[in-house]
Amino acid sequence: MSVLSSLAQLEAVATGRAQPLATVRHCHVAAEPLVMVPLKLAGEAAAPLAVMLGTERAEPTLLVVPQPRNRDLRFAFAADLAKLVLEYVESSRGATEELPPGKDGEERVRYGGAPQLLVPNRAGVGFLRMLGRSTRFRRTDGPYAVDPAVPRLGRWLTWFADRHDKPGACLLMTMTETLRLHWATGQSSLEDGNLAALLGWIDPPDGLDGPAAAARAEDPVTCPPAGPATDPTFDNEVLAPAIAAYDQSGDDRAEERVRSVLDGQLRPTWELMWDAIGLLRALPEGASVAARWERDRDSFTWYHSTFDESHPQARRDPAVRAARRLHDLERAQDAYDAQRAFDDPLVMAEHRLAGQAFGGVVTESEPTRLDESGRRPKLRPHLRVATEDPLQLDVGTTVCDAARPALKGKIIEIDAAGGVLLELTGGMGRKLVPEPGVVPEPGRRVCFTSLGTGSWGAAKFPEREDTPWTHGGPPEEYVPTDEDAAEEWS
Amino acid sequence: MTHDSALERLRGGAEPRNHDARTIAALTANPGCARRGIMDAAGVDKDAVARRLGFPAPFGQSQFAITRGNAFEAQVKADGCAELLTLLRDRLGLDVPEVAYDDLEVVAGNESRELRHARTRRLLERALSSGEGTLFDHPLLRLDIAGQPAYLEPDVIAFQLGGRFHIIEIKSFAVIDGQAEPEQVAAAARQSAVYVLALRRLLEELGAPAERVSHEVFLVCPENFSNRPTATPLDVRPQLAVLGRQLARLTRVEQIVGGLPDDLTFELEAEELPDAVRTVEARYAPECMASCEMAFFCRDEARACGGTGVLGKAVRDDLGGVDSIGTALALADGSLDPSPDLAETAERLRTAARLRREALTA
Repeated sequence: MSVLSSLAQLEAVATGRAQPLATVRHCHVAAEPLVMVPLKLAGEAAAPLAVMLGTERAEPTLLVVPQPRNRDLRFAFAADLAKLVLEYVESSRGATEELPPGKDGEERVRYGGAPQLLVPNRAGVGFLRMLGRSTRFRRTDGPYAVDPAVPRLGRWLTWFADRHDKPGACLLMTMTETLRLHWATGQSSLEDGNLAALLGWIDPPDGLDGPAAAARAEDPVTCPPAGPATDPTFDNEVLAPAIAAYDQSGDDRAEERVRSVLDGQLRPTWELMWDAIGLLRALPEGASVAARWERDRDSFTWYHSTFDESHPQARRDPAVRAARRLHDLERAQDAYDAQRAFDDPLVMAEHRLAGQAFGGVVTESEPTRLDESGRRPKLRPHLRVATEDPLQLDVGTTVCDAARPALKGKIIEIDAAGGVLLELTGGMGRKLVPEPGVVPEPGRRVCFTSLGTGSWGAAKFPEREDTPWTHGGPPEEYVPTDEDAAEEWS
Repeated sequence: MTHDSALERLRGGAEPRNHDARTIAALTANPGCARRGIMDAAGVDKDAVARRLGFPAPFGQSQFAITRGNAFEAQVKADGCAELLTLLRDRLGLDVPEVAYDDLEVVAGNESRELRHARTRRLLERALSSGEGTLFDHPLLRLDIAGQPAYLEPDVIAFQLGGRFHIIEIKSFAVIDGQAEPEQVAAAARQSAVYVLALRRLLEELGAPAERVSHEVFLVCPENFSNRPTATPLDVRPQLAVLGRQLARLTRVEQIVGGLPDDLTFELEAEELPDAVRTVEARYAPECMASCEMAFFCRDEARACGGTGVLGKAVRDDLGGVDSIGTALALADGSLDPSPDLAETAERLRTAARLRREALTA
């Protein structure tokens, strides 16, 4: 949050419409994303009630547990869900590309595609994480045997939820968070958590403005909650009698009744999800989105190709893995923040307001200036930029051109009238004369920033067998146990 | 007019609504709100008022959640809290001596709160002097809230764990691999702190040191995806500090009442109810939606007068003291000259507006 996004919210209130926070789309939207709208039973940790899912708006699949407290029905649901999700994961791989061999000569490949799961909100991710946790340790033989697809589903869901934590990753995204990255509404973040209200501000139906559409969205009868929690009144007045009828008769008609009431709760959110996908697709894609998706594909390639020889993810990460993971997340956050700023002047504006970037018009330019103080002359053009921005950078700071990050320079002088004198140091070619058009001419609008495009280097962590005593010493090797497999799920 | 009769008049003659641990814990949520302060102090039925005003609060509970909660509590407490004792002994390694179990729920068929409270008091007094008793089920405590007694029912009080009383709170949210939902744990900690405070007050009345009630409460929850209970100690000192401070501040209510019109009442049938409610100033924030029955009414009011608070605390803070959306926008587009104390905020807003314009027209 910043004054900039707060101002956008004020403008949204004044105009009755959401205001843009981005000029480009900062996420990948797959050609065939798997949209999932899960519901869980109130009061339970991870008792699935229903899920609507599919890759086509016109053809959602509805899976339902007609009595969510029945363990067998739950596992039957998990097996059905597993088949659909695993099939989708397989089909998303596409052709495999050969990459140049790695440093130590090992073969490297990357799948041409990767799966993308879309859920309505953060709680939806939490539910998938829990569903993954409660199914990944199951055994497919012995006394508590489940369908072989169930533990596979658990491991994949755990992996997806894990990927969601990584800034900029697009393998599992929530619609409310993704929309909020691109638009500011005239309501609080709490109210933005309601997908229908959020979309009401961004794209109100004909004849309504944002506030009216959002008010309509708050009525759980017209707009059922986007899950995974259900509306308590629906639970008490509609769902409970339907489940009770199923308990009594157990026949197809009773099951059909449970299905149909849950379909009614899920369908509106299903439609909203596809509306939202349409809005996102209409935005032009940011320049670095493709590169981030490539990282996602790498990550998918690795997990998919090592899946059969690895164990289910442990309940808790051992110390070294946890530290490494945190470090990776921090690096990803840093890189993602910078990439978004370079991709999008509206995001860069945040950095200008914070004084870490400045924009303005070039007033003087000496493109062929040479520094001849050393043994060999160096190309060091000077550039003066008039800016009104509240600059917080000091003389001597290295900056780069927001439009062409390869062009680097150093702040030499900041004058009282708001002029910044830069000495350009790199990105102009190898000769003593800059490549044509590289050094901005007087009159050009430019923006320079101290943000870097490259992420800082990866830190070194000890191997697991060298875990220091401060962190509990080397952890025991994780081996799945029968106890894991027999865990109650009630 | 005395303070109490003023509060009675505000209720419009209705019986005061009873506080419970949840509503008392909620008092700490938005201490700056005079409207909430007055209505809670007077024991006004805010739910009824909000409904009457056309802004019913959407606080419902699913019967599935209620059933699950009750079943879990019954299971933990079955057979004289057998499972609970096992937990305290095995899981927490506590030295629980010979077991005495007292159920304080029914007193000779007469279940008035005063009687139940008196019995709780008597048993705890006996426990203090003789060391008798281990677990007290269904105790009834009392805490004065702005002069009104509120009766509170903690799940279980355990005694003689190192000579101290411990509040035991049974919740049906799951602890999975040692972790539970932070919001639910926070809510449980706030509620338990209310019980700790009430129990401490009781001990003080009995002439015993308040410290004999431990600030460590035990949270009993289902483990992982099962119905098996697990117990976790929870230090509620921070919640106790906040609670103590806020309850002390409730006396401020007298000053607010003093400044209100003499004939003000929140009587439900009164035609001027909306105006009466508006007479007392509210401080709406989006967080109110989670805890106050009046939230929808106050939000509507705050939106109508264009307050920045409706957009949340982060926005309010960003706007550095500008309370009105209209003023902030006028400062941003330069149509309003700022007063000296807002000069800095105005400058930032103007810069922000220029940067947004540049980026969006580029």
